[in-house]
This record gives sequence, C-alpha cells and structure tokens, in this order.
Amino acid sequence: MTAERRVTLTREQLRFIYERMTLIREFEERLKKLVDTGLPVGAVHYYSGEEAVAVGVCAALQPNDWITSTHRGHGHCIAKGVDVRPMMAELYGKVTGTNRGKGGSMHITDVTVGMLGVNPILGMGTTHAIGAGLSAKVLKDGRVTASFYGEGASSIGAVHESLNMASIWKLPIVFVCENNGYAQSTPVEYAIAVANIADRAAGYGMPGVIVDGQDAIAVWEAADAAVRRARAGEGPTLIECKTYRYHGHASSDDPHRYRTTEEEDRARARDCIKRFREHVLTRHLMTPAELDEIDARNGALIDEAVAFAEESPLPEAWELTTDVYVPAGPGAGL
Amino acid sequence: MISAAPRELTFTQALLEAIRLEMRRDPTIIVIGEDVAGGAGREKPEPEGWFAARGRGLIAEFGSERVIDTPIAEMGFVGAAVGAAMTGLRPIVDLSFIDLIGVCYDQIVNQAAKMHYMMGGKVTMPMVLRTTYGSRPGSTTYGGGAAAQHSQTMYAVLAHVPGLKVVVPSTPYNAKGLLISAIRDDGPVVVLENKFLGAGARGQVPEEAYTFPIGQAEVVREGRDVTLCAIGRMTRMCLDAAARLAAEGIEAEVVDVLTLAPLDEDTILESVARTRRLVVVDEDTPTASMARDIAARVADKGFDYLDAPIKTVTAPEAPVPFAAALEKFYAPTADSIAATVHDQLGR
Repeated sequence: MTAERRVTLTREQLRFIYERMTLIREFEERLKKLVDTGLPVGAVHYYSGEEAVAVGVCAALQPNDWITSTHRGHGHCIAKGVDVRPMMAELYGKVTGTNRGKGGSMHITDVTVGMLGVNPILGMGTTHAIGAGLSAKVLKDGRVTASFYGEGASSIGAVHESLNMASIWKLPIVFVCENNGYAQSTPVEYAIAVANIADRAAGYGMPGVIVDGQDAIAVWEAADAAVRRARAGEGPTLIECKTYRYHGHASSDDPHRYRTTEEEDRARARDCIKRFREHVLTRHLMTPAELDEIDARNGALIDEAVAFAEESPLPEAWELTTDVYVPAGPGAGL
Repeated sequence: MISAAPRELTFTQALLEAIRLEMRRDPTIIVIGEDVAGGAGREKPEPEGWFAARGRGLIAEFGSERVIDTPIAEMGFVGAAVGAAMTGLRPIVDLSFIDLIGVCYDQIVNQAAKMHYMMGGKVTMPMVLRTTYGSRPGSTTYGGGAAAQHSQTMYAVLAHVPGLKVVVPSTPYNAKGLLISAIRDDGPVVVLENKFLGAGARGQVPEEAYTFPIGQAEVVREGRDVTLCAIGRMTRMCLDAAARLAAEGIEAEVVDVLTLAPLDEDTILESVARTRRLVVVDEDTPTASMARDIAARVADKGFDYLDAPIKTVTAPEAPVPFAAALEKFYAPTADSIAATVHDQLGR
C-alpha cells in the first residue's frame, strides 16, 4: 500500500482511542474480578492486552460502518460504541441486556451502533462481513465493514472463502486478523504454515499489512488507509495485528500450562495503554489531568454498569420461547 | 384478489416467476449462489443447462449486483446471505442440492436460525434458502442416477432447528405462492423443490404475485376411511394411491403438509379425527424423520381419534443407490402406499 499522504489523528480521535482502550481494560478487569469471585457468567474470553486492535480500527470507522467479531468480542463491542450497561447486564443474564439475556458474552450484538454480533463459531463473522459488503454495494450507502478474526480462525474454510469473495467483488471490507499467538493453547507456529497471516493476502489478491497490534496509533494508520481504500471502491485489505492476550483463552483457562510468565511480562512491558499514554504525554497531545479524568470516568461507568446489571430484573420464564421465529412481517400474507 | 388468467407453468417456471416479480417490486432482493447468473463476468451471461432454468433472465433484467454468481463456497455465500439479511438486503440464496448442506450447515443452524433469538429479538433475518431434494422414482426416465450424495431428502435436519421455517411446495401454484411468502417473510425460510415431480410439475398459475400461507397444511382430497399425510412429491403419490383405493371402495383423505416447520398440527389432527386412521408418507429416511415426528404428534395429541396404529411409508434406512434398478425402489410409490393402507385396514 502506498501512503501518499500522512494523515494524523485529530484530538477527538486521540481522546477516543484512550477512552475506549481504557474502558475496555476496566470492563474486562472488573469482570474478571467478578468471575474469579464467583459471578456465574459462563464462558468469557477477556480482551485485555488486545485493546489497541479493536480501538485503532474503530477509530478509523464512521459510526454507521459495520463490524463483525469473534468469540473474544467485548473489546470490539466497546470500541464500536455498545453501551457498557446493557453489555454487563447481558453477562448477568438480565432482561435489560443487549440480547435480553439470551445471548451472553459470546453473542453480544447491537446493530444500532453497527455491531453485527460477537460470534463464537470461529470465522463465521468474515462471511457475514461479505453480506454487509454486498449490502453496501446494492444499497450504495458507502458503509465499510471491519471484520475481526483471530489467527486461529484464519485456518477455517469460511475465512478463505470470504477473503476470496471480498476480493473478486471488490467489497468495502477491512479484514483484521488479531494474531495473539495462541488458538486456545495451540501456538501459531504449529498451526499456520506461513510466518505471517498477512502473507496469505497475496493468495486472495489483496494487500496484506502487518502492524504492531500493541500500538493503537500504528493500527489506526493501517486501518485508516484500508478504510479509505475500501470506501473508494478499491476493495478489501488484510491487516494482521500482532498482539497478545493477557489472560487465558477463556475464564477457565490457565495460560501457564502452555506459556511462560517471562513471555507474558515481555508482552505487558509493551502494554498498549501504557505506550499510548507515553506517546501523547511526551508529545503534549493530551495532559495528565485529561487522561486521569478519563480513567476516573471509566471507573464510574463500570461501577454504574455493574450496579445496573445487579439491579436489573431477570427474564420471566415465558421468555424461554419468545423470539424463536422472526415475525413474518406485513408483506408475507399471513 | 387474483384476477389475471392462469396459464400452465412448470414448477421451476413458477418459482422463477415468483423471484422475478418480487425483484421488480423490491430493489433490496438479491439472488446469490453458484451459477445463478450463468457465466457472470462474460459479456452476455445467460444461464444454460438444468440449473439454468432456475435463474434464466434474472441477470439480464436485474444486473450482476443483484444476481450474484459465487465461487464454490457454500459456507461463505450462505454466510454472506446471513450478513446481507442483517444489513438491509433480502437475499435469496440458491443451494443447488440439499446434499450440500453439510458444508454450510453452521450458517443455517447456528447463524440464520438463531440470530433473532440469541439477540433478544432485535435483529431480523429476511433470507430465503432454496434448494432441491429427492431421488428418482421408477416411473421417471429423466435425471436420477446421482447416487448417495446428490439425491437425498434430508429436510428433517432443517425442520429440527427452532427458528427456521421450512416449506415443501408440491404444485406450481403453491410453489409460487410459498416462495413469495418466503421472500416477504422477515425470518429465514427454506424452500425445498423436489427434482422429480413428473406430472405434478405442471399446473395452472396466475400471472400476478400472490402469497400462500406458510405454516398451513392443505386437505387436497377428502375421504372418510384413512388420512394420507404427505410431503412434496409424495402428495402426488398419495393422490394416485387414493384414486386406486377409491376404485376398491376405500376413501382416502390426502393432507399435503406443505410446511414442515412450524407444522400445522391442527389440520392433520382434524383430518385424523374424521378418518380415524393415519398413514404418513415421506421419502426421507425413517429415523428421526418428519414421518415419525408427525406420527408421534398424532399419537400424543390425537390417540383417542385412532382406530388403528399409525403407519409410516418412507425410504429405507439406506443411502440412495446409483443403479436405476435399485433407485426405483427407494422412494415410496402409489403401490407401496396403497399396500400400507390395505395392511392398516385389514382389507
């Protein structure tokens, strides 16, 4: 990709990146504390450590653009603007949840902010992105779709089918491969035949870009160029973000079975939030007071989300069998 | 109100007409699948061959943005239909054979069918999956010989999934109406087409658009002695059997199920209440089949109506064979249905 001009982040975008990255971290770490002390939320896949990816990409999108997600989706949701109160309520299985308590962590969805669903059948989100891309083409609404998937999912057929179709139809999609090094406990070096997921882009006839996924600004730069390319009708891009998840695969997983604390420490030393703070402070782009105020506000937002979730009502038993079939709608002649 | 004069159309023509009329009415409808446009990317694409009839003329009228030839990628393009349905389009996805469902089952079962429920009713899924099923009967000389991976019926694996509507039209008339209803439905609907309708493949069809209610079975022949409950092409087999039985003084009522899910239990139970006997005819394999599901529902809710044990007539517990000499024995026939009725009545 040729960067004929260097676009810089606006003040609002810088603020957006810090706010959303720290809100994700606060959400996940608070949730982890709750889960570790007995909150029964089922399977949860924490996004801590990978925040720069979701936020860097979403900083390059417009509010009405679409994203598709993975099983590790809380970060994508918050980055795209899903309200943390109904998100937390969903994890508590409350009727005020994003999905009325019927989806849980692995299905959080809010189409009103362009979030097409956390999706734990890995790779399927990339196929849904193809559909969103076709919609943009037919409806001519200029919407771009960012489709997140993990390096583990990059081996499933659905992903290969999607990237090929996106390319032959020049769909306005940015594929974002979050390479955190492990599919559950299986290391990428074992499971993937090439050194970089981005190398596969050549096989789909699209540009492949490798970025430091623990650097929000680097992610944004790559995403911004790819989004511009997509919106201009030049087709999809594959961005591989090399990143790291701080916790196990899921809430029940002990990562020390398959990786060392030294490796974790190396990743944490490159923490995306810490590095972003240093970047904006040394360049006087944001003030310490401004950042601290955002931190404090995030703490309050998550307090509020937990209180909202705890106080919300559970679904009534009759909801077990509601919304099974989509109502036929006015045209179906029933 | 249907005013225009009916003409005789084939089943496939009736379905194509439904798509064409609906695409003219609603610019958000797209058709997506393998070879639906026929040589897309060429200067003058026009479908050719057997599958061509399913989409003939669509790309010429609606263009390649709405009539989309896909690579061989069922998991991908059925998923694309799911994504398109969530973002403003009404896709009609063409899965040429139901036998291919294995490679895209997740998209149907885990994605299309469940999104509405999983998301608390906050998304709709206005997509149609059309596909073909069925083995060749002995009475037919065209097609067939496609063996175990291109001749199955298998619709029970779709009807099994909560959230999916599954319809099996049996005539050109109800095919056109059911497909239009499916297209206008805001949820996912599977429309199945039997490949070997034979004489049942032609019929009177009004020119204009009309709907046919999803979720409603139809009594297509009245009778007092036994209810023959049938799906798709088996309805024709039951009507043939009923004509033969009538000559012997046995009056069979024939119920065309039409929608497998949600099943119209009421029409079936009301018929059984009248006739007091039930034979369910289904060309699918028997274990966990629609035939046994319908039998179980009637046993559960209408046992008191019954004067005799419920019978089922199905394909054998075997894959579809290649040799015509074997395939002709695979699906139920008017003979096997009539024999079962004799067995049940003891006369």
